Amino acid sequence: MSNDPRDELVEHLGPLRAFALSLCRNSATADDLVQDSLIKAWTNIDKFEPGSNMRAWLFTILRNTYYSLHRKRKREVEDVDGAYADTLAQKPDHDGRLAMRDFNVAFDQLTAEQREALVLVGAGGFSYEEAADTCGVAVGTIKSRVNRGRARLAELMSVEETEAIEITDNVTAGIVAKHGAA
Amino acid sequence: MKPPPRKTDVDAQIDANLKRAFEDLASEPVPDRFTELLSKLRSGEDVPDKGSSSDEQ
Repeated sequence: MSNDPRDELVEHLGPLRAFALSLCRNSATADDLVQDSLIKAWTNIDKFEPGSNMRAWLFTILRNTYYSLHRKRKREVEDVDGAYADTLAQKPDHDGRLAMRDFNVAFDQLTAEQREALVLVGAGGFSYEEAADTCGVAVGTIKSRVNRGRARLAELMSVEETEAIEITDNVTAGIVAKHGAA
Repeated sequence: MKPPPRKTDVDAQIDANLKRAFEDLASEPVPDRFTELLSKLRSGEDVPDKGSSSDEQ
């Protein structure tokens, strides 16, 4: 009872920023989104049900803010600055760094709806039901966005794999040819 | 139609990448602007109603 839910807001800042970036893919826009969402959350804290999932509540506010903004200035918001890829590029000595950059490039090619569904379910630990509530759509819609998003990512990344294999095969073929000729 | 091989592996890899990308970003230090905003809200000070009003980056 003595707990003010507003004290909890600070704990969700990191995930809220990550979610904002997964939607708009531009760090300046993402931070503006977080700021607007925090103010909305603060002023509407009476609408938060104590004991319920605050992260899901905040994500809902953020995505509503994003989509109302998105309708107003579509082009600006869609200006991707590669924030995900840049962040990861700055991290040294991650063995999977290049793979992660490829992944992020592929991720940028999904629709915002697929990205948010994948982030909520795949990364945020949301159930399909929670993700559906957060996005205000049916559970089946979320499932289909997740499946399509995964399929698209797999497709985009397996294209790269295939290319890599072809290059290796050419090199192998070249070596084999040389040896054969010798 | 043959099902694609190792589909669950691919899904698991995708989810692992998603988690990693998300967690890397989520664990970044939070800009002061947000902690400052929260203290302003708490003290009842006027806050800019638009994020875009903070010109200095």
